[in-house]
Amino acid sequence: MGRRMRGQVLLWSLQRISAAVLALCVIVHLATILWAVRGGLSAAEILGRTRGSEAWLAFYALFALAAGLHAAIGLRAIAAEWLGWRGRGADALWLAAGLATAVFGIRAAVGLYAA
Amino acid sequence: MEGTLTVKVARSEGPVEYQVPARANQTVLDVVSYIQRELEPGLAYRYACRVGMCGSCAMTVNGRPRWTCRTHVAKVARRGVLELAPLAHLPVLRDLVTDMAPFFEKWRKALGHFRPREAPEGEIPDFALIPPASPERQQADAGIECIGCGVCHAACDIVGWNPDYLGPAALNRAWTLVNDLRDGAGAERLAAVAGDAGCHACHSTQSCTAVCVKGLDPAAAIAGLKRRIFWQDPFGWGGG
Repeated sequence: MGRRMRGQVLLWSLQRISAAVLALCVIVHLATILWAVRGGLSAAEILGRTRGSEAWLAFYALFALAAGLHAAIGLRAIAAEWLGWRGRGADALWLAAGLATAVFGIRAAVGLYAA
Repeated sequence: MEGTLTVKVARSEGPVEYQVPARANQTVLDVVSYIQRELEPGLAYRYACRVGMCGSCAMTVNGRPRWTCRTHVAKVARRGVLELAPLAHLPVLRDLVTDMAPFFEKWRKALGHFRPREAPEGEIPDFALIPPASPERQQADAGIECIGCGVCHAACDIVGWNPDYLGPAALNRAWTLVNDLRDGAGAERLAAVAGDAGCHACHSTQSCTAVCVKGLDPAAAIAGLKRRIFWQDPFGWGGG
């Protein structure tokens, strides 16, 4: 398998693995929302839960990483099929977009942790 | 069924309409042959065996790829109208005849030929003993009846979006050989069918399985290839 082909297989595997991670994260995220809003929702309550909590930081960092990668790899496939955007340059662009999305999400998670 | 059938044929010079006598138990190929023999001697179409073995008579019938020799008009005509066109996703040579060369070129690229497992240096190659009823052989047999008609290739959206995509028929053939214990090209074949123009491009929409004239399941074959590659070498690091 050539290097380029390996990269394509890697992206496919990341897409499948991130999908599995997202399935779990979305369920936990939604369940937490349903549980949290029962007594009314306030910023103080949210921060009370996330501030200083390594577990929530790790959870949302993983969530953001999976979401960023999954969305970018998916858009890469759609752009290749519908717009004909293919090749190394397009791949680098999508990987950068995915990592940037993930970094924004992780920054938000760090913000909730350190607030 | 008696009366007249209206047949709209997408010929190279443009659509032409023919009136053909409707008969009981006639196939789409019967109708095309009638047009060529009685109405339009210059109509180009292709067939050989007429009995569903050779895979050469496939075309688009009322918007869907089918083998015309085993397709009854009564089952596919809409209000006495048949619309015939060449197979999709292949270059048209003339009228209803497509150039199958790109299709079989993809089989070659997918290493769709049997390569015997080599005996260790200095030893005489032995006969492989694989009972026909063994699970290994049955897995290889699952997709082996492909007649190469090109119907699944024409029905596949991914082939339409990416002409380089190997397509369901070639990948089904590769999966058949991957499961054949007598074959020795395993790792090389898996490498040949991986990536964006190979099995990883498939979205599992299963049009191929829905249209396969032999009732095969190319979508499952492609899923099998993805699974095999994932567990052997999930991140493309070259192991396994």
